[in-house]
Amino acid sequence: MDFTTFLWTTLGAFLTLATFSFLYKDNPFYKLAEHLVVGVSAGYFVIIVWHGTMVPNLFQKLADGDWYLLWLNSTQPWYIVPGILGILMWTRFSKKYGWISRWPMALYIGIAAGVAVPLEMSNKVNKQLVATMVDIDWSNFMGAGFFDPFSGMASLLIFIGAVSALIYFFFSKAHTGVFGGVAKLGIWTLMIGFGASFGFTVMARISLFINRLQYLDKNWREAAFDASNPNYSFGFPLVFWLVMALILVYIIWELMAHLKHKNQTSAPQ
Amino acid sequence: MSIFDRLMRLDRRWVFLFLTAVCIAGYYVDYSIPIRVTNETRSIYTFIDSLPPGDIVFVAIDYDPSNQAELHPMTYAIMEHAFRKNLKVIFTALSQNGPGMADQAIRDITDSVSLDRTYNGVEFKGREIRNGIDYTFLGYKPYYAIIILSMGQNFRISFPTDYYGTPLDSIPMMRGVLNYDNVACLIDLSGGNITDAWISYGQGRYNFPLALGLTGVMTAQYYPYLNSGQVFGIMGGMLGAAQYERMADNPGLAIDGMRVQLPAHIVIVLFIIIGNIGYFVTRRREQLEGR
Amino acid sequence: MRRQLPFVLVFLSGFFMIFQYFVPHQKSEFVYEFLLDWLTIIGGFAMALGIWSLIRVSYDRIKRQRENWGYSVITLTGLFLMMFFGITNWEDGSFGVYIYTAEGLSNSMFVHFFDFILIPIQATMFSLLAFFIASAAYRAFRARSVIASLLLLAALIVMMRFNPIFGAWIETVANWLMNVPNLAAQRAIVIGLGLGMVATALKIILGIERGYMGQG
Repeated sequence: MDFTTFLWTTLGAFLTLATFSFLYKDNPFYKLAEHLVVGVSAGYFVIIVWHGTMVPNLFQKLADGDWYLLWLNSTQPWYIVPGILGILMWTRFSKKYGWISRWPMALYIGIAAGVAVPLEMSNKVNKQLVATMVDIDWSNFMGAGFFDPFSGMASLLIFIGAVSALIYFFFSKAHTGVFGGVAKLGIWTLMIGFGASFGFTVMARISLFINRLQYLDKNWREAAFDASNPNYSFGFPLVFWLVMALILVYIIWELMAHLKHKNQTSAPQ
Repeated sequence: MSIFDRLMRLDRRWVFLFLTAVCIAGYYVDYSIPIRVTNETRSIYTFIDSLPPGDIVFVAIDYDPSNQAELHPMTYAIMEHAFRKNLKVIFTALSQNGPGMADQAIRDITDSVSLDRTYNGVEFKGREIRNGIDYTFLGYKPYYAIIILSMGQNFRISFPTDYYGTPLDSIPMMRGVLNYDNVACLIDLSGGNITDAWISYGQGRYNFPLALGLTGVMTAQYYPYLNSGQVFGIMGGMLGAAQYERMADNPGLAIDGMRVQLPAHIVIVLFIIIGNIGYFVTRRREQLEGR
Repeated sequence: MRRQLPFVLVFLSGFFMIFQYFVPHQKSEFVYEFLLDWLTIIGGFAMALGIWSLIRVSYDRIKRQRENWGYSVITLTGLFLMMFFGITNWEDGSFGVYIYTAEGLSNSMFVHFFDFILIPIQATMFSLLAFFIASAAYRAFRARSVIASLLLLAALIVMMRFNPIFGAWIETVANWLMNVPNLAAQRAIVIGLGLGMVATALKIILGIERGYMGQG
C-alpha cells in the first residue's frame, strides 16, 4: 500500500469514527459525515445515470443525426419520443405545466401494472399454492426424525401452517368457533415466522458493526504498522496516532463539558 | 429502587458501550466457531462447482454499501470460486450505488486470482482476469423490474454498452450471448426489493436457475421460493457467506466475522432475558401492591 | 387532456402488457421490446428529479442562511466534485474532459471518493442499527402473552444456532424452524402479498385506483 492510499484509508477510518460518534450524541463530526455522504452519493448517481443510461441508451442512438434537424435525420429517429417523454417528466416542478408529467408517468405505471398482473399471480400465488398442496410422502412420513424438514410430516405441517395463517388473514368472517381455532393456529405459525426473521435480523445488524470493526482493524490499523510493506515509512504510524490523538482530545473535551454541565445543574439555586 | 428498576432506567449509551466492548474483545480474542453448512447454501456451491469451464454465471450485485457487510463476502467468495473454475461472469448492478460495489469487488478479485492458491487441496495457478474475456460488467440502469424483463429478451436492449462504454457486440465474451438462455445460472445478491423482481419477472418469466444471497433481515421471507423450486439456493446473511467460504475453503471476512457474532449474540440474548426478568419482577410487585 | 389522457394511457399500456404475456407473437414482442427500451430512457430522466430537488433544497438553505447552512455547502461541494471527477480523467498525465465517453468512471478520484468516503459513511450509518437493536432487545421484547413468547422462543433458537455450547441439535431445530413453520408463515404472507399486488395493479389499469396521479 502506498502512502496516498493509506491517507485515503485513514480518511475512511476517520469518517467511520465520526459517524459512530452519533451514538454518544449528535455533533459536528457526525453532521459533516452525514451531509458529505448525501452530496457524494447524489453526485455519484448523476454520473452513473449519465454514462450508464443517457449516453448509451439515448444520445448514442441519435448520434448520427444533427441537433439542428432535431435528430430527425438519424438512423433511429424514433428514440426522440422517449427523450421527449423523459423531458416531460421535468414539468413536475412547474405549477402551471405539472400535469404534463402525468403522461410519461402514466406510461410507466401502466406498463408496471400490466406486467405485474400475470407475473405476480403466477409466481407469488399460483406456484406457491401448487407447492403447498403436494402429495404427502406417507412412506417417508417421519423422515430422519421430527425435525427433518424434508419428511412427509414436514409437508403436512407446511400445508396446515400455511392454510391456517391464510385463514388468520381472512377478516370477512368473525374469528370464532372452529374458524377461530384455526386462525389461532395461524397466528402461532406467523409468530414463529416473525421470530425467525427477528433472530436473523439481529445477526444482520451485528454484521454491519463487525464489518466496520474489520475495516478499522484490518484495513487501517494493520496498514499503519505493516513493516513488511515496501512503501512503509514513519508517516504511516504518525498519521494513525495523529487521528487517535484527535479523538482523545475530542473525548476529553466532551468529558469536561459534561462535568461542567453536571456541576452547574447540581449547584444550589 | 430495586436493581431491575435501575437497570431499566439505565442510559442506553451504557448498553451501546457494553456491546462495543464485547464485540472488540470478541474480535481480538483468538478462537473459532464451527460453521455447519445448510442444504440451501450447499446447493449454490455444488451448482457452481459442477459447471464446466467456459460456462457463464450471471452475478447480480444489487446492494449498496449499507449492506456490504453481509453481501460483499458472498460476492468475493463466489467470484473467486467461479474464476478459479475458469467460468465466465456477467455482472449487473441494479441498485443505486451497486456499480461501485461491483467495481471494487472486480478490482480486488482480479488481484487475488492472479496469485497461486490452494483450495480444498487443489492447487490453482494464478491467472490474469481480463475484462471482456473472463467477465463483462454491464452496470446500472434505472427501473430494475423493466431491466430484468428486457434482459430476458436481449441483453442489448437495456445494455447497448457495458459499464465502461464498450458496445456489447464488440466484447468477445458476449458474442452469441443473447439473453438468460445463454447463462448457466443467475445469482442475485441483494439487500432489497430487487430480489422480488428477479423471482417474479426474471425467473418467473424466463425460467432460468436462480439462487439468492440475501441480507439477514430478508432471509426468512424467501424460504417459500426455495421449497417451491423457484430458487435453487439461499445464502442468508453473514452466516450464509461464511458457509460458502467454508465450502470453498477460502476463509474471508464472513468466517472471521462469525466469531464476533457469538459473543454479540450472547449479549443480546442476555439483554432479552434481563429485560424479561425485570418485567416479571415489576409486574409481580405491582400485582401484590394492587391487592 | 389533463386527467383523461393519462388514464387512457395507463389502460392501453397495462392491457397491452397483459395481452403480450399471454400472446407472445412476434409483432407483440417487437412492441414489448420497444416499450422496455423506452422506459429505461424515461427512467434516466426521472432520476434527475431527485437530484434537482436536493440541489434546490440545499441552495435555498444556503441562500437564506438557515440553521446549519454550512453543512449544505458540504453537500453541494460533494455533489459537484463527484460530478466533475466523473467527466474528467488525468490518469495518463494529460487532463481531459470526457462527457460522452466513460473515462471518468476510472478517474482515481472518482473511485477513491466512492471507496473511502461513500462506503465508510453509508456502511457505518447503517451499522448504528446494531446498537439500536441491542437497546430494543433490552427494553421491548417482553414475553407478555403466549404468542409473544412463541416469537421470542423462535428468535432465541435462531440466534443461538451457531453457538457451539448447545451442540448440533440446536442447528437441526433451527433448520427445521426455518424450513417448516417459518416457511408456512412466509408462504401465507407471500400469497397474501401477491393477491394484493394483482388486485392493486388491476384497479390501476381499470382506472378504479387513481390516487397515484395526485390532485388537479
